[in-house]
Amino acid sequence: MSGVAEGSILYLDQVSVSFDGFRAINNLSLVLEPGEMRAIIGPNGAGKTTMMDIVTGKTRPDTGDVLFDGSIDLTRLDEAAIANLGIGRKFQKPTVFESHTVEDNVALALKAGRGVFQTLFHRRTPAEQSRIDEILDTIRLTARRSHPAAGLSHGQKQWLEIGMLLAQEPRLLLVDEPAAGMTDAETAETAELLKRIAEKQSVIVVEHDMTFVRQLGVKVTVLHEGSVLAEGSLDAVSANPRVVEVYLGR
Amino acid sequence: MITGFLLSGFDRRARWTVAVLAALALLVPASNLLLPEDSLLHVSTYQLTLFGKYLTYALLALSVDLVWGYCGILSLGHGAFFALGGYAMGMYLMRQIGARGVYADPLLPDFMVFLSWKELPWFWHGFDMAWFALLMVMLVPGILAFVIGWFAFRSRVTGVYLSIITQAMTYALLLAFFRNDMGFGGNNGLTDFKDILGLPIQAPATRAALFAASALTLAFAYVIASAVTASKLGKVLVAVRDAESRTRFIGYRVERYKLFVWTLSAVMAGMAGALYVPQVGIINPSEFDPSASIEAVIWVAVGGRGTLVGALVGAVVVNFGKTWFTGALPEVWLFALGGLFVGVTLFLPRGIVGLFARLRRGDAGGRTAGIPAGEAAP
Ligand SMILES: Nc1ncnc2c1ncn2[C@@H]1O[C@H](COP(=O)(O)OP(=O)(O)OP(=O)(O)O)[C@@H](O)[C@H]1O
Ligand SMILES: [Mg+2]
Repeated sequence: MSGVAEGSILYLDQVSVSFDGFRAINNLSLVLEPGEMRAIIGPNGAGKTTMMDIVTGKTRPDTGDVLFDGSIDLTRLDEAAIANLGIGRKFQKPTVFESHTVEDNVALALKAGRGVFQTLFHRRTPAEQSRIDEILDTIRLTARRSHPAAGLSHGQKQWLEIGMLLAQEPRLLLVDEPAAGMTDAETAETAELLKRIAEKQSVIVVEHDMTFVRQLGVKVTVLHEGSVLAEGSLDAVSANPRVVEVYLGR
Repeated sequence: MITGFLLSGFDRRARWTVAVLAALALLVPASNLLLPEDSLLHVSTYQLTLFGKYLTYALLALSVDLVWGYCGILSLGHGAFFALGGYAMGMYLMRQIGARGVYADPLLPDFMVFLSWKELPWFWHGFDMAWFALLMVMLVPGILAFVIGWFAFRSRVTGVYLSIITQAMTYALLLAFFRNDMGFGGNNGLTDFKDILGLPIQAPATRAALFAASALTLAFAYVIASAVTASKLGKVLVAVRDAESRTRFIGYRVERYKLFVWTLSAVMAGMAGALYVPQVGIINPSEFDPSASIEAVIWVAVGGRGTLVGALVGAVVVNFGKTWFTGALPEVWLFALGGLFVGVTLFLPRGIVGLFARLRRGDAGGRTAGIPAGEAAP
């Protein structure tokens, strides 16, 4: 068991969690290699978001192991500690700091000391400024930089959240439904962006949009009722009769 | 580092506020002491003391705005920190009376002699020294806030539950300070002060100095609050207010940020109380009354939450109103205050300051750390 964990960036083994007797995650096991991008699909309520909640410390699993970097037990850490280890997350419902400007949203996420007195006396360095500019450019929000984030469209908020994710420079990115609410062109761009990110970082993407998943062109894990139903290329899992049954049967 | 930090607090609004307060600190005492009484510009000692009291209320309001406006912590117990600072100052003033009390005991304040106590309780020691009392003015509220905040924020108590805890805190202190055996003068509190720092406390010059001290302390606290809110930490606070769990997921330990601003705010409230007591000449348990804390929240809402300057404006305006009403129509005041709060919540979610910002710009957005409309109410 530890043999598999070794060398992996994320390792889930026999993880289960119940909400009021309902098993949202049921004996889930999953291994992600460093530098790998994985797409996770599955019908509504399959447990995709809950899996991310477990990895990021929002939800404690009832049983099972969750290891980061082969050895760090994530079930013992809180959200901030996990984030500072280098695990970043984009939420299904885009959540940005509405009353802050677009630029401040990125600046807050920027990799830097998170201590109270570090932030109290913090002065933005030229290096940080150029990193912020670069990210704003990447997410195409340079023109909106001094506007409150509240005024962004749904798609722009998605991008801002991806920008905040980039700013954290995490080693592992968990991206929940990044293409929701985007046009086809935006969706394609998002796929390109994620592929570029995946060149250096490990990524897990949850998405319902099959065109998007195909554009990513990576290994796919199908989740159903809290456990892994199938794993492989998109074509392979699409041909899997059990997957077809789950998707058609709902 | 500290100088650079404080300088960062001098934005346009802060420069104006400091200038106005410094001018008040100079001109009001000058007019009181130097101008003849029949001059139009003469400020009477009564008016000076009254306005000095408003300035201490403004400092209390500033401290409330820091936690409520910027971090979303609705404290309904800030009056407790104010009162504790006031009691620390009151204890110093009591010790200054010395043998001039009614019972002429060189060491024990009158109320202790009256209760036939034989010696000074341990916690009254040291309060004969001004520096020690000043330290306690900040430490006692600061430590209480730190301890309560440490438990509450670590267990992630938020929203209404936190407000209830703060309200319970001030209520518990109210009951405790009412007791004679607590050693703080029971329901009479501490009063009959004679002098402060060796100066007769009733003398016009002393009153003028206390007024100036209130204005300058308020200016100093304003610059600190402005620097804190303008810093990256201030932005984290607003992030916590708007989306607490999101802030955690980008790696900030929310509870530590809350604890910092909460404790800082309590220290400011304590200083306000310490300046209040020598000007009004008494401190008693009624300062712990939960309604006093609620009033402070209303001042902030009326002036404009999340603007700092709004807290000052709200405290002064509402208390002018209160003074006028309680003189002219005493029975109406509470209704007027309630009506004002409801009216502001419904029609002026960003308070007086937000209204002025809107009138000046002709748009809907004031620079009020962006509290969404309709969220000014708790
Ligand atoms: N905190 C919670 N309390 C109770 N039930 C929960 C909680 N979180 C998730 N669930 C339940 O767990 C199941 C899995 O939810 P989850 O959000 O992980 O699904 P999902 O795969 O992300 O679905 P979707 O595609 O709709 O986002 C759902 O039935 C959901 O109602
Ligand atoms: Mg989901």
